[in-house]
Amino acid sequence: MADLGDLKQGDSLPELRVTPDKYLPHRYAGASGDFNPIHIDPEFAKAVGLPGNILHGLYSMAQVARAHTDAAGDPRALRRLSVQFRGMGMPEQEILVTATVKEADDGRVVTETEAVQGDNRIIRNAEAELSLG
Amino acid sequence: MPINEDAVGKQWPPVAYEVGLEKIREYAHAVGETNPVHLDRDAALAAGFRDVVAPPMFCVVYSAPAMGPAVLDPEVGINLAAMVHGGQAFQWGEPVCAGDVITTQPRLSEAYERDGRGFYVFLSESTNADGKLTVRGTWTNIVRGV
Repeated sequence: MADLGDLKQGDSLPELRVTPDKYLPHRYAGASGDFNPIHIDPEFAKAVGLPGNILHGLYSMAQVARAHTDAAGDPRALRRLSVQFRGMGMPEQEILVTATVKEADDGRVVTETEAVQGDNRIIRNAEAELSLG
Repeated sequence: MPINEDAVGKQWPPVAYEVGLEKIREYAHAVGETNPVHLDRDAALAAGFRDVVAPPMFCVVYSAPAMGPAVLDPEVGINLAAMVHGGQAFQWGEPVCAGDVITTQPRLSEAYERDGRGFYVFLSESTNADGKLTVRGTWTNIVRGV
C-alpha cells in the first residue's frame, strides 16, 4: 500500500495501463445495465456517425478510479472524482491513466488525472481526492 | 428549440437497489479490479468490511434504476438520440457491501443552453439502510443541436 502521507505536490501516482478487448463493452453493458447500442453494436454505431462501437464513458472513468484506489491500496481512500468525457474511447486500444499530485497535506491528496488512448484524451479535466482515515 | 427549464428542481421518487455479491463480482471483473476485497468474502472480512465491498464506481449500478426515469422523463424533454454523457462527478461516503440496500433519489439541478447545446445536470443522493450517505452524484448530459 502506498503511503499517501509521503506524496508531495508534483509527484505522480503509478500509471495504469489496460487494453479493453473486443467484447469488453458487452461485458460492461451486462455488469452495468447500460445496453445503449452505440457501445455494443458496431453497425449501429457506424450508422449514427461513430467510427465503431465505443467504450462506455463510465467504464473509462472506472479505470481512472482504479488507478487511484490501487495506488492507495484501499477502495475507501477515494473520496471524490470528477471527470469530463470528450474523445471517444475505443475497444482494442490501450488506455493509459496518469495522475499528478496537485495538493497534498496530512494524508489528503488531490490529483489532476486523465485517461488517454494514444493522442486521444478520452477523460480530461479530471480531479480526484484521496484520503486515509 | 429552447431548453425547457420548467422541470428544474424536480425530484423523482427514491428507488431502492439491493446489492448482490455476484453483481459486485461481475462488475469488478468487467472493470478489471484485482483487489480481493471486491471478489472474496474472507479477504473483505479480513480488511474490516462487513462483506465483499463494491468498488467506488459501482455506484453507477445501484444508482441506475433511479436515474433512468429522471433522464427519460418527458417533462425534462431530453432528446436521447442526440444526448452524450458530458461529465460526471461522485463524492463517496460509507462503503457499500454485498447485502446492503441502497436508496437513490435524483433531482434536476440545472437545464440551460450554451453554444447551441443543451446541458442537463442531475444530482443524486444515495443512502444505505442506516440513512448514511454512500454517494452524491452529479450527472451532466449534453444534447447536441437544440
